[in-house]
Amino acid sequence: MSGGVDSSVVAGLLRRQGRPIVGLTMQLWNQRRLPELAPEGGVTGRCCSLDDVYDARHVAQHLGIPYYVVNFEAGFEEQVVKPFIDDYLSGRTPIPCTLCNNFIKFDHFLDFAEGVGASRIATGHYARIGFDDTTGRYQMRRGADQSKDQTYFLFGLKQEQLARTDFPLGSYTKPQVRELARELGLPVAQKPDSQEICFVPNGDYAAFIDAYFRERGITPEKTQGEIRDTAGHVLGEHAGVHHFTVGQRRGLRIAAGEPLYVIATEPASQRVIVGRTEDLLRATLTARDMNWVSIASLGAQSDAPLRAQVKIRNKHVAADATVTPTADPSRVEIRFDEPQRAVTPGQAAVLYDGDLVLGGGWIE
Amino acid sequence: MRRFYFDHNATTPVSQSVLEVLVAALLEVPGNASSIHQDGQLAKQHLEGARREVAALLRCDPKELVFTSGGTEADNLAILGFVFANNASRKHVVTTAIEHPAVLNPCRELERSGIAVTSVKPGPDGVVDPEDIRRAMRPETVLVSVMHANNETGALQPIAEIAEIAHHGGALMHSDGVQAAGKIPVNVEALGVDLYSISGHKFYATKGIGALYVKNGTKLRPIQFGGKHERERRPGTENVPCAVAMGKAAAIAHATLQLEPDRLATLRDRLERGILARVPDAGVNGAATRTPNTTNIYFDGLEGEAMVISLDLKGFAVSSGSACSSGAVEPSHVLLAMGLPKDRARASVRFSLGASNDERQVDELVEAVAESAVKLRKLSPTYTSA
Repeated sequence: MSGGVDSSVVAGLLRRQGRPIVGLTMQLWNQRRLPELAPEGGVTGRCCSLDDVYDARHVAQHLGIPYYVVNFEAGFEEQVVKPFIDDYLSGRTPIPCTLCNNFIKFDHFLDFAEGVGASRIATGHYARIGFDDTTGRYQMRRGADQSKDQTYFLFGLKQEQLARTDFPLGSYTKPQVRELARELGLPVAQKPDSQEICFVPNGDYAAFIDAYFRERGITPEKTQGEIRDTAGHVLGEHAGVHHFTVGQRRGLRIAAGEPLYVIATEPASQRVIVGRTEDLLRATLTARDMNWVSIASLGAQSDAPLRAQVKIRNKHVAADATVTPTADPSRVEIRFDEPQRAVTPGQAAVLYDGDLVLGGGWIE
Repeated sequence: MRRFYFDHNATTPVSQSVLEVLVAALLEVPGNASSIHQDGQLAKQHLEGARREVAALLRCDPKELVFTSGGTEADNLAILGFVFANNASRKHVVTTAIEHPAVLNPCRELERSGIAVTSVKPGPDGVVDPEDIRRAMRPETVLVSVMHANNETGALQPIAEIAEIAHHGGALMHSDGVQAAGKIPVNVEALGVDLYSISGHKFYATKGIGALYVKNGTKLRPIQFGGKHERERRPGTENVPCAVAMGKAAAIAHATLQLEPDRLATLRDRLERGILARVPDAGVNGAATRTPNTTNIYFDGLEGEAMVISLDLKGFAVSSGSACSSGAVEPSHVLLAMGLPKDRARASVRFSLGASNDERQVDELVEAVAESAVKLRKLSPTYTSA
């Protein structure tokens, strides 16, 4: 229970069904850390802020269920925050929510819940889980509300995790969920949706990384360097590769006749390569550490190359592609029918067959 | 679901006879104890009666007691009130790493205003060595503050010896006695302390009332400013009903100190033996001289926080570590100061017994702990049984 509308409605729905439930909130990040990042007037409206815990507790009391805040700060820092920072410094653009899902929420947290006596966990994700008798597998489908669908962040879930998880909101739209919140009389019915990465204030991840290093007393290796165009001409200087992500246009501080975009970041040489919008188009990518969700493996059903719709970032519209195996079974090659804009290392490539989540991996 | 309460160091329920005097005071003693009319006089009479009862528990002169809003205020008043009232050229305070935040944080406040604070670590048994206090003393040391009984391990500190060292060095002695008063006999004169804090709700009185013993002749400045109540040491209309409740609770504690500590120690030992016999890779943290009602046990390979929740859902209230502002649990600074590795500190649970507990409850708790330990360890990524 994050204190938001979605998880509160989940608790309310399960309570209405008369199931014995326990509310848990994960304390993931100490918002008193890195005080220089705190917005004026204090920390509110973000994950683990006292206001959100207050709201979650209020909902639990309203529903009359036991409720606890449990401390996952140490695991979150090791398995989400540090890899998040490493990714940026290595020229990748990470997805901390997926790391959190894979290593905290559906791993430590799931075990914790089972340890204290719960047989299953339910979360407020917009996704659907079903069981397919013919393949004997749990399958995942997009949430009914396409605009809220969160399967892009859930591709890493394993069968044994899906077996113990419920997503009660998967068949609802967000407006229906808000309506349910009102109907259930939940005190958070009017609360606005949260948007940003929960531990990064205002979405300024570069400021977060700098502040984190200052707090830890770490002096990062030199990260500033040159901005070059695709022909190798030096166009300017930048303050660190972690300030840039593929497709980014802002913050380059270069006067040019036409808009320039980040095409690639090269952490080894500390170069940021910029180019025109058409330079961002790519037809192929390799995805590593593939996790197959609704199918057992590539080629499990047919020897023909897999046709799928592939999504390369959360706001991307899944594009038709052909997926072929590589010599390394944990990697696949994805060839889009039409070149796609801003294929970004560190983001995920998630493979769909319509609503069905086939699997996904990390873009190299 | 039936619920058994094993968290008496956090707070105790108001006892029936305390409730009766409290309600009677609320109904029949409505006056302001500082008013000159008869309603005021009646309130004052009740307030002073309560003061005498609390004084009897600590073996002090009633005039040496200042009622406060609780243990935290008593500690703040003792530390800030005494240090700020005294010679500005003597700017050093000695305390320990195992104090309650109500002492640790006033000391931090002193540091912010330029007064040096030395924090002495306890031994692995959770007891502070008086010689370490002696070594921490400086010519400019003005106050030594060491708790009488630790809230997490129950470890009793050698207050009398430490007080002697403090006085020898020209400093005064404060002790946070919140976890001792009512649980063990306390004689402030024999302890040699100059300031001693207690809290009503730790011995079956209400929340919102505590007291500070201030030895006759001790200079103390108020830390809040208002009227001339409590001999100009603690302004604010006296909380007569709660003081009366605390007086009654003190009288009951005083009377039961003959037998109750032994009864609790027997139950506590039964609990400890039962758990250690049933659960492998567990042990007692700081098994030194302790308050009779407290035991702190580590369960390697599991999270104390998970144990607390698991037991709570089975109907047993126990505690682990200290709650941070969200309610999540942080590893105990007391156990860390004793030198426990972080994992073991996180794997520790405090059981604190009280009037409501009996053998049957203890045996059921042992059973529940054993069950929970097996389940939690099965899911632990770090635990492999020997």
